Amino acid sequence: MLSFVAQRVLKGVIVLLAIVVLNFFLIRLAPGDPAIVMAGEAGASDQVFVKQLREKFGLDKPLPEQLFIYVKGVVSLDLGFSFRQQAPVAKLIGERLPATLLLTLTAFAISLTFGILFGTFAARFAGTFFDTAITVFALIFYAMPIFWVALMGILLFSVTMDWLPSFGYETVGANLTGLAHAVDVAEHLIMPAMTLGLFFMATYTRMTRASMLEVKRLDFVKTARAKGLSDAVIQRRHVLRNALLPVVTLAGVHSGTLIGGAVITETVFAWPGIGRLMYDALLQRDYNLLLGVFVICSAMVLTFNLITDLVYRLVDPRIEYAA
Amino acid sequence: MKQFWKSMLKSPSGVIGLVILLVAISVAVFGPMLFPNSPWRMVQRPFLPPFTLSTVPLGTDALGRDIFAGMIFGARVSLLVGLVSTLAALIVGVPVGAMAGYFGGKVDDALMRFTEFFQTIPSFALAIVLVAILQPSIYSIVASIAVVSWPPVARLVRGEVLSLRTREYVQAAVVTGQSNSWIILREILPNALSPVIVLASLMVATAILLESSLSFLGLGDPNLISWGYMVGAGRTVIRQAWWITVFPGIAILISVLGLNLIGEGLNDALNPRLSREGR
Repeated sequence: MLSFVAQRVLKGVIVLLAIVVLNFFLIRLAPGDPAIVMAGEAGASDQVFVKQLREKFGLDKPLPEQLFIYVKGVVSLDLGFSFRQQAPVAKLIGERLPATLLLTLTAFAISLTFGILFGTFAARFAGTFFDTAITVFALIFYAMPIFWVALMGILLFSVTMDWLPSFGYETVGANLTGLAHAVDVAEHLIMPAMTLGLFFMATYTRMTRASMLEVKRLDFVKTARAKGLSDAVIQRRHVLRNALLPVVTLAGVHSGTLIGGAVITETVFAWPGIGRLMYDALLQRDYNLLLGVFVICSAMVLTFNLITDLVYRLVDPRIEYAA
Repeated sequence: MKQFWKSMLKSPSGVIGLVILLVAISVAVFGPMLFPNSPWRMVQRPFLPPFTLSTVPLGTDALGRDIFAGMIFGARVSLLVGLVSTLAALIVGVPVGAMAGYFGGKVDDALMRFTEFFQTIPSFALAIVLVAILQPSIYSIVASIAVVSWPPVARLVRGEVLSLRTREYVQAAVVTGQSNSWIILREILPNALSPVIVLASLMVATAILLESSLSFLGLGDPNLISWGYMVGAGRTVIRQAWWITVFPGIAILISVLGLNLIGEGLNDALNPRLSREGR
């Protein structure tokens, strides 16, 4: 198990390094001088800052050396300086990261719980009205763009019914503490998390349903039935456990999409996470910040993939730890 | 072929999907001819609610532009971007997958590492970065959608080629001394086509969603009206004018839904055993 983890971590680090290298070339893909590109629109006018950047990244030196300087900087967690925000990129991201983790993990938990629940339910009553209703809803949610779901949520729950706040992380100026603060944040969290979770919930519902129906037909289920086990036990212990394996795989595959969805969700709900930061960087063409967020997003996805891999190995008894 | 249409028309999702797609394509092709008014032109007072004037059935936006005209012209952009970027992704993904599966060994290893690398990068974030750096235009949007969506194609094709390579008719072609490219192009790929077609139909749907999300964030082509752009433009005034965001969103929803249904219908018709995990 340990050597497997070590191997996967090593692989992740290599991929991350490759992404950093890709980043380096992306900056040079932009039209114009990389120093001016990195400084952002505002930086172009400030000769001193551009000169500093040029020296720091050794832009007068040959390309391989520039690459080395850049990678060395990122490895020591120096993601550069955002001229627009007047702060180091790493610090800006660090401040925003907890909000994004809160949002994505809540959305993930919601989508997985309800997705598996609805999927199991639909498979259990396959062919009935419930099944059709769940399948149709899943199809529709699966086709809705996240930004539109977010806006419809605001229209319905904030504008029309006035139940939930439509933007932000907490009530500004309320200065709540303790439990009241937690409740306040939770109220702000519900809509973004549901928005982000809806698409994935639809995906997991479809996947669980299909997978349950597939497993149900297999021989070991017949054996269990022949042994005289009750239907509930067969469903839970034999069918569901095996049907969840592809769902776990899918969750790993989707972690990148989850982060992408977070960019949209945070933008619409003004949620102060790195997705919103990415949008701000985009508006101001703050390339240094944009690419910094991109690297961190990639690192998050890699971590998430690693975790799902481990979970997969834990739930699937057929896989041995010796890699 | 006849058999294919028969089973396609037997599945309800396939039929509904086909009808939706046909409507969407005719709107995209003929709509702008029937509504020659530019979607950028002011036609009425701003914030005109829908269903008040028959000439402007879905109302106007914050600048008095016709929402309905925008939706018709937007269909062209959405479908075109969806189709072209999927084609571009196929042009990259099919050869990579075919070579990896056919040659195996070191070639397979190298190509699959490369594919996995692209699959790990968060796709939407990469698309944002690419469009921002290349400057928003229809070309950069198509290119970045293609860059983020080819890996599943490569993996699918590789798997198909891997299993077809050992078939007897392929072995026979090897024995008769056919060149590798001839075997891949004439013997193997035609038989690997059906799962690729299913995946492609679903990819068009994903591409439309991606394009609309990019446009929503303000990364759309500034010279072309698109559904995502319209929703994005209506976002700030949602409290006063719900219709600006609601209608273009429905257009996206329906076209994506139609394409997904077609994918399902094709899947039932072409290869009932294909697993849908790959997505």
